[in-house]
Amino acid sequence: MGAAQLPTTEFEGMEPDDRAEAAAEATAGLPAGDMVQLLDERGVLHRHAEYSAFIDALQPDQLRRFYSDMAAVRRFDQEATALQRQGELALWVPLTGQEGAQIGVGTATEPQDYLFPTYREHGVALTRGVDLAQLLRLFRGISNGGWNPKDTNFHLYTLVLAVQTLHAVGYAMGIQRDRAADPALPPAATVAFFGDGASSEGDVHEAMVFAASYQAPTVFFCQNNHWAISVPFEVQSKIPLVNRADGYGMPGIRVDGNDVLGVYAVSQWALEHARSGEGPVLIEAFTYRLGAHTTADDPTKYRLAVEEDKWRAKDPLVRLEKFLRAQNLADDDFFAQVRADGDELAAYVRKATLAMTLPDIRSAFANVYAQAHPLVTEELEWFERYEARFAAGDSAGTTASDRTEGGAA
Amino acid sequence: MSDLFTFKLPDVGEGLTEAEIVSWKVKLGDLVAVNDVLVEIETAKSIVELPSPYAGLVAQLHVAEGDTVLVGTPIISIGSETPAAAVPTGTPAPVVTGTSAAEPAPLYGSPAPEQEEPAAGPLVGSGPKADPVRRRVRLGSAAPVPSPPSAVSAGVRPKAPAAHIQPPAAPAAAATPAAASASDARVLAKPPVRKAAKDLGINLADVSPTGRSGEVTKKDLLSYQEQRAAEQAGAGSFWQPAARTDEDRIERIKVKGVRRATANAMVQSAFSAPHVSIFVDVDASRTMEFVKRLKASRDFEGIRVSPLLILAKAVIWAAARNPSVNATWTGDEIIVKHFMNLGIAAATPRGLMVPNIKDAQDLSLKELAIALNSLAAKAREGKTQPAEMQGGSLTITNIGSLGIDTGTPIINPGEVAIVAFGTIKQKPWVLDGEVIPRWITTLGGSFDHRVVDGDLSARFMADVAAILEEPALLLD
Repeated sequence: MGAAQLPTTEFEGMEPDDRAEAAAEATAGLPAGDMVQLLDERGVLHRHAEYSAFIDALQPDQLRRFYSDMAAVRRFDQEATALQRQGELALWVPLTGQEGAQIGVGTATEPQDYLFPTYREHGVALTRGVDLAQLLRLFRGISNGGWNPKDTNFHLYTLVLAVQTLHAVGYAMGIQRDRAADPALPPAATVAFFGDGASSEGDVHEAMVFAASYQAPTVFFCQNNHWAISVPFEVQSKIPLVNRADGYGMPGIRVDGNDVLGVYAVSQWALEHARSGEGPVLIEAFTYRLGAHTTADDPTKYRLAVEEDKWRAKDPLVRLEKFLRAQNLADDDFFAQVRADGDELAAYVRKATLAMTLPDIRSAFANVYAQAHPLVTEELEWFERYEARFAAGDSAGTTASDRTEGGAA
Repeated sequence: MSDLFTFKLPDVGEGLTEAEIVSWKVKLGDLVAVNDVLVEIETAKSIVELPSPYAGLVAQLHVAEGDTVLVGTPIISIGSETPAAAVPTGTPAPVVTGTSAAEPAPLYGSPAPEQEEPAAGPLVGSGPKADPVRRRVRLGSAAPVPSPPSAVSAGVRPKAPAAHIQPPAAPAAAATPAAASASDARVLAKPPVRKAAKDLGINLADVSPTGRSGEVTKKDLLSYQEQRAAEQAGAGSFWQPAARTDEDRIERIKVKGVRRATANAMVQSAFSAPHVSIFVDVDASRTMEFVKRLKASRDFEGIRVSPLLILAKAVIWAAARNPSVNATWTGDEIIVKHFMNLGIAAATPRGLMVPNIKDAQDLSLKELAIALNSLAAKAREGKTQPAEMQGGSLTITNIGSLGIDTGTPIINPGEVAIVAFGTIKQKPWVLDGEVIPRWITTLGGSFDHRVVDGDLSARFMADVAAILEEPALLLD
């Protein structure tokens, strides 16, 4: 059937051209080539000549922390999704399924490292100590950012695909110059986050060329979650993404992104490699987005439930729980506590979100230039005259407070 | 005095303006916690479940299932005994029996509109409340509200919500616990499903079970109810008196979605493929016995088995012996497929769908039975995915399930054969010179004559019929 005669959403994706995608879909989830995996799906820890040392150095507390962090961010994700469905957020970008990759790399970073996220790095934000409720300011449409990146070296979310990889490399080149000027500064690296979809953007290519040419201390951390909205990974690249590292002349590591310990270990290695002046590294974390790309799309329209089920069996939380229980590192009380903490976090996030106030529109004018600017001043004056035409008590500023005070019904 | 919170339809996608209420998951008087699912809605983008922003008792449902409402329309009011807007999940409000908890509080156009607002208005979906155009342009006069509405405000007044629906209150708990008839005592179902069935006046035995252990699930019940409601709706008030004008007595139904797709596909097929239809009466008594034995066997415990299963198997078997029926006509080539993606035409609440069972030739009888079950269940729930409807190679349409003897089906585009399975009923049949009652059915088949000539179609149908007459041939 041709697409032209099938205007409905039920039949989207039936064009013959989609056959290639369908064929690729059939193989989705089968990792190609070597992939580092320390903790397998059954919760069994394997040895690896290069990377096991990083795990050996961990204390039981740290192992438990991996679990509690992953559980916390998943619970947060559920609450944010619910808030969007309740009309409190304009949009939400779920991360469920990618907790292992995010908590793994985030935990491996040092305070002096600087991280450049996409818009889905909620787990990384947690490991950097960002107040998760502040992440929602952007999605509630009341802030262009939401937090001060200088507090945590966790940059603002970037909605333009792949552009943050260039920022990360530029910042890393800055680190090189700072350290040349002041060798007492601690060695630091940047992490450039991106996904399989963004890997097709020109920015990633440019960033990698510059990073390699200048030996910039950048770790390119690609979460291959297999779906760029509705485009399956196999359409993005004919070869495993990690193989591209060879072309740029940097080491590439493919790791099971649902193995939080594996991700942590390879990230440690890569960050040390970068900090010590050896140049950039590409990590491809092989993972899967279990939910929608954002709350505005419907994955059942473009992929099969079977595929999701296959990946659900590789859940990063489940395998770590198995491991912790088998090693007697955690008991029922621990997991109950994690659940309770998650609910508390969710309640806090809900309360904080509902209490968020609209910003004063004047702040938008104030932040255009560092200093006063005649054109901006003129525009602000026009705006204030415009505002003044409305009845008192109904101005933009008080509408915001209406929301928090007026309705305490 | 309980507070009343009203939840307005949010924009769950980016920039959606309306959504259809697919099904309510709560009813009047239900106690809900924050994030409990309230309702399933369908937008232009997807089917979405909305979680409750409030905790409390359901006081009012403002819109009915099937209604399409604008973003910002109040859809449900939830009364809370606790003053805080965000009651933590798991803290139940005091349970009040019956529905008396819902005070008839004014909900819109009310003297105290602020009462409806939660502590913090939703960001989106709050309609005119959050909309800046609600703000009144000062017209020199400082007089506040009741001055004549300006052009701006008049243009954006909220539309009154479409309908004010009071769903039937749940029957009192006292309603005849002993009334459950002996017949449905044998049907497996969980207590909430039984209760729901009783509330809806549905005999559980009439519902096709799809549960893992053969139990009737809530989804089964709802999809049964949906179909029943669609059939029964308005049968009594259908005819309109002649006193009204003809224009008033005409109902116009927009052609969209599945209906449009079906229409296009059928026209394409009927006017491009020359159809030949043939029929054969079959004594399916042995098939009926076989089905009965399968139902009783341990191996098939919990799996729904019907004569359709045997027919499916027969069609696969017969196609292997007459491969040209499992083909596609391209104009230059005839593509014969050495695999069977067996399509099953399914009537669903959203219209006709033809999902297919991929590589059905590789499935054992039991696997085929399971595949048929899950295909039907998915189709009824409206959750059939596009990929499941692609690449079909031959289709069966089970018109017998509606009590029809036979028909001349139209071939699914891209295929060259379709088999219609008529109803199976006891009829007089001549066997060895004697008239005896046997289970008789009629098979109808339509074939694309560009590919399948008369003799081939006849042989294929005879092969299918042979299996229905003697399923043991499958062991061959």
